[in-house]
Amino acid sequence: MPAYLKLDRLDKSFTRGTTTTEVLSGINLIIDEGEFVSIIGHSGCGKSTLLNLIAGLTQVTSGVVLLEDKEVNAPGPDRAVVFQNHSLLPWLTVYENVNLAVAKVFASTKTKAERHDWVMRNLDLVQMAHAADKRPSEISGGMKQRVGIARALAMEPKVLLLDEPFGALDALTRAHLQDAVMDIHARLANTMIMITHDVDEAVLLSDRIVMMTNGPAARIGEVLDVPLARPRKRIELASDRTYLKCREAVLKFLYERHRFVEAAE
Amino acid sequence: MSAKSASTVTAFPVKSSAPAAPVVAAPVVAAPVVALEIKPVRRFKLDAAVAATARNILPPLVVICCLLAVWQVAFSEPGASLPPPSVVWTESRDLIVNPFYDFGSADIGLGWRVLTSLERVAYGFGLAAIAGVIVGAIIGQSVWAMRGLDPLFQVLRTVPPLAWLPLSLAAFRDANPSAIFVIFITSIWPIIINTAVGVRNIPQDYRNVAQVLRLNPLEFFFKIMVPSAAPYIFTGLRIGVGLSWLAIVAAEMLTGGVGIGFFIWDAWNSSRLSDIIVALAYIGITGFILDKLVAAIGRIVTRGTSAA
Repeated sequence: MPAYLKLDRLDKSFTRGTTTTEVLSGINLIIDEGEFVSIIGHSGCGKSTLLNLIAGLTQVTSGVVLLEDKEVNAPGPDRAVVFQNHSLLPWLTVYENVNLAVAKVFASTKTKAERHDWVMRNLDLVQMAHAADKRPSEISGGMKQRVGIARALAMEPKVLLLDEPFGALDALTRAHLQDAVMDIHARLANTMIMITHDVDEAVLLSDRIVMMTNGPAARIGEVLDVPLARPRKRIELASDRTYLKCREAVLKFLYERHRFVEAAE
Repeated sequence: MSAKSASTVTAFPVKSSAPAAPVVAAPVVAAPVVALEIKPVRRFKLDAAVAATARNILPPLVVICCLLAVWQVAFSEPGASLPPPSVVWTESRDLIVNPFYDFGSADIGLGWRVLTSLERVAYGFGLAAIAGVIVGAIIGQSVWAMRGLDPLFQVLRTVPPLAWLPLSLAAFRDANPSAIFVIFITSIWPIIINTAVGVRNIPQDYRNVAQVLRLNPLEFFFKIMVPSAAPYIFTGLRIGVGLSWLAIVAAEMLTGGVGIGFFIWDAWNSSRLSDIIVALAYIGITGFILDKLVAAIGRIVTRGTSAA
């Protein structure tokens, strides 16, 4: 069986003037359908660049990204992105923001009434249907991110890419949204890749955790399986031996073997 | 609309029941209690509105009266070079009192002349707005277009409006299109430059969203670019409309025909100084209204944009 999403010998370097900086080198990763994979690493290690390569927002220098055996080299709704700072369009209401995606992706396959139902269904999924007519400036940060997730889900993506989706939120809101994402993953069984720098978040949500070494020329240092049964409950897991072991493994990787050094650039 | 009319409907029975209640047996109905609570609230709001209006209207009114008084005193002796306000009033009362009289083709109210000038501005500025936003969008999007065109624009935008007039008269061989062209060429530069800056400042996030959704260039223009750059575009439009009003008055002085600019020139040639002073007031007030109009449209259109 061919891999669902395959990253094959990805290299990425940025050139500015005469200096070339190698950001990622030799990234190989195979992700199965329905899997939840987190990518964790210190800041500046190229996590976001890796996500942008999968999204097609950045072009690879060499290597290839294959989704269902087809090369990915441009952005598209089959790889929807939940951006770190929600990226909702402030002049549109919550409904219109989601509808922008739905109207584009399902222009020919759904009728107007079906599209409306689909927008409302996705807003329901993130419990934001009540705020459909509000503008982004009128809702809280957590709510904005929920709408961002609804917009991405509404594209019915093959892979949902989350770029530090909860990074800008307070701890309580973050926990709520993590539960919401786990719930959505359980219900829709879609493939998700999430960038994070939060060890607990990575262990709680993921099937596998991809740990990146420090840049420049960051590699995949280690891939950790998280053999915890789903559905997962954060309170029960707090004292779970497997959970603690996974957590320890990630912490050891990040803070013992690949300590963050302030780059001298 | 419906909410407003509903509130006035409820207000009327309350008002009428309040004085009626003491006449009829008092303890039967509890309605007057409600009326007493509502009434003061409404009066308070009215008071506040009157006070706010007075605060804004009164100072300029006082200043204008003072200036008119100084003017009256300074130019009232016989043989003064300019007419004082009292003379302006007696000589040009028909122009001040009735902007829209019509006594034949040469003798019409200033309102008509302003409207003729506004029509030219509407054509010239309308074309400049459309062309300016499109060209500005291209320059903002493409680094190459910006590098190629920006120096040219920076030079051309400093050319005074009237310097274009001889060339456009030569090209169009007619006064009216020439005047419109002068307005167009005067007002387009700030629109182009502001739109370009606005487009260059579209956040990368919005561009990413558009890329993931695979919006085509036309969809990107209407759904992302225009709303996102709208505050900048309207800054350009506001400067542009001010410039076009400056340009039309100057252009009409030279091209002739009907229009507020030509009226001033005509009045000068027949030494009607009072009429010129009245025309200046018309021009100033019209320019002020134009500016506020564009600003108000901008505020409505960019409602959500500025609050990210």
